Amino acid sequence: MEMHDGPDIGAGRADRSPAGDLRDPWCDALLSGWGELDGTGAPAPVVAPRSALRQQGASAADIYLEVQRSEAFQEVRSRYRRFAFPAVAVFLAWYVAYVVTATAAPDLMARPVAGAVNVGLVAGLGQFLTTFLLTWAYARHARLRRDRAALDLRWTVFEQRRKWIRQQERHRVRSGAREQEGER
Amino acid sequence: MTGDHQTLALVLFGVFVAVTLAITTWVSRHRHGSPEEFYVGERLFSPMENGFAVAGDYMSAASFLGISGLIALFGYDGLLYSVGFLVAWLIVLFLVAELVRNCGRFTLADVVAARMRERPVRIAAGTSSVTVSVLYLVAQIVGAGSLVALLLGGTSGAAQTWTVVGVGALMVVYVSFGGMRATTWIQIVKAVLLMCGAIALTVLVLMRFHGDFGQLLRTAADRSDHGERFLAPGLKYGGDWTARLDFISLGLALVLGTAGLPHILSRFYTVPTARAARRSVVWSIGLIGSFYLMTIVLGFGAAAIVGSEAVRGSNAAGNTAVPLLALDLGGGADSTGGTVLFAIVAAIAFATILAVVAGITLASSASVAHDLYASLRRRSAKPRSEVAVARVAAVGIGALAIGLGLLARDLNVAFLVGLAFAVAASANLPVLLYSLFWRNFTTRGAVWSVYGGLLPALVLVLLSPVVSGGPDSLFPGRDFQYFPLENPGLVSIPLGFLAGWLGTVTSREVADEAKHAETEVRSLTGAGAA
Repeated sequence: MEMHDGPDIGAGRADRSPAGDLRDPWCDALLSGWGELDGTGAPAPVVAPRSALRQQGASAADIYLEVQRSEAFQEVRSRYRRFAFPAVAVFLAWYVAYVVTATAAPDLMARPVAGAVNVGLVAGLGQFLTTFLLTWAYARHARLRRDRAALDLRWTVFEQRRKWIRQQERHRVRSGAREQEGER
Repeated sequence: MTGDHQTLALVLFGVFVAVTLAITTWVSRHRHGSPEEFYVGERLFSPMENGFAVAGDYMSAASFLGISGLIALFGYDGLLYSVGFLVAWLIVLFLVAELVRNCGRFTLADVVAARMRERPVRIAAGTSSVTVSVLYLVAQIVGAGSLVALLLGGTSGAAQTWTVVGVGALMVVYVSFGGMRATTWIQIVKAVLLMCGAIALTVLVLMRFHGDFGQLLRTAADRSDHGERFLAPGLKYGGDWTARLDFISLGLALVLGTAGLPHILSRFYTVPTARAARRSVVWSIGLIGSFYLMTIVLGFGAAAIVGSEAVRGSNAAGNTAVPLLALDLGGGADSTGGTVLFAIVAAIAFATILAVVAGITLASSASVAHDLYASLRRRSAKPRSEVAVARVAAVGIGALAIGLGLLARDLNVAFLVGLAFAVAASANLPVLLYSLFWRNFTTRGAVWSVYGGLLPALVLVLLSPVVSGGPDSLFPGRDFQYFPLENPGLVSIPLGFLAGWLGTVTSREVADEAKHAETEVRSLTGAGAA
């Protein structure tokens, strides 16, 4: 599963740059959000054309349903969940075990390990260490395995919405023209 | 404390207040009063800036002075406390920060209301958010009063009253004039000051022991009168089984509550993307984690250098451990170094309180204006007036907090922080997680899960030993204590989750497939994010 990083997700990317309108408010954010080190430079603010789309509720909903069912999205979701859910289970269990042991079995925690350091101190500092490690692992996993695909999907949604709006406008113009003809 | 300490500390307080007011004036020059600007500073902060601000929002004076004080008095049990505060951030990072950033606009209720019938959900989530904020705010503001009195030696009632009023007035000024931008910069300044102060003291403590942490621990254990037991759990929470269960309850509330704190959630909206939200959490975990590691050194350092007995003599709760440690590290009570370090620590503690209360006030004014007022107002009101409402709400919440703070001035309100976390974990977290991850979640489930966590938490506290039936209770003379634990989390958190599930399975409403799809796609991809 983890292997097919490319094809389905990457396919959309090739035709994206030419399709990307430079005046498009998304363009900047997409490009600057790409590199591995987008350091301190804050991406341009992303302004979603929400008001325009809200009015066309039915269609916007269809787009989201369609994207949700797409393989690319399912892949992003399962990558996220396969990392986040087990990790939450593991650290919550480790934390609860630590707190319960500390309150229920203080003698175990008092057992010396080396010098003044006892089991309790090792476990406590271990909690700090695992927190740091999990943070690092999560950030790395998200950066390498999720960010790109998520951006592609974000783009897909935006493209489809824009296409739909254009269609609606064309439709409106055409029906407006027909009405005018009818009046004549 | 002598007059020199007081004067210097007051001067430093004054400088900090002047700087923060200057920031407020500076950022409000070009304001145009949009909700985007007031609530979230136009979403233009960088991950690093926001990371510092998140850390600034989270590290209260209770952590700086309280936790190191607990370690100085009870050794290992203080450390137990700080672990919960840190581990909680993994839940924020894994399950909340990015998804909330993508789905919401200003508040927690935005995320839930996107899928549900808006009005009941907003009213419920707004109510619980304001409750959490007010509980936390009163704890901080009462703490500010007693802390300033403690540090400046003026234990008179008048000094405390004026501190409470002054802190309350300042936070209202920051929030209502400067909005999120001023609040964020104040948090950043405070986080930098706090980290610098902690690093300086930690280095001084370690230098005193020639970098030998084991030596530090042994000295601390020797001077504490508890010997080896000082380095193991059990001195504070090791009593009967009620006390132990109570700590488990508190630990659960700490770890699950952080992800439901409104002022923490609102910080993720101040950055442009979910990716930036994630990176700000990574920054803040680094800052908060290293800060708590330093409080361990400071706490054991205070026990080793000042001595547990001297700490307890100065303040029974241990809140003066770090200031006393600073005095000693600087060269003693009569030296210039000691005076300067003491005054700096006092000023940092004061800055910490001011920044934290400003952040909470802003978040709760957003909940009042954006959730409660927006749901209860007449339909004709214009969006521009929402910011005006938020400003008024900030003044109102400030007045409420000052009033409650003055009423509670002489009461033991240490339980309030734990309670705020418990309410956040029982009322806010279940509804948030269900809306993000459960396909069939319905409006009734959302409303039930909020009230089903909020009400049990509050009722259980009313029936607990902190309110009545004990010598340290709010009403020591009365006895209507039916619930043994001081922290309701152990019972109320499962109840919140249970109520959400029950409400969902019993409602006839079918979850809106399309809205769930929208929430799910938006939360993971950022499509259509504000």
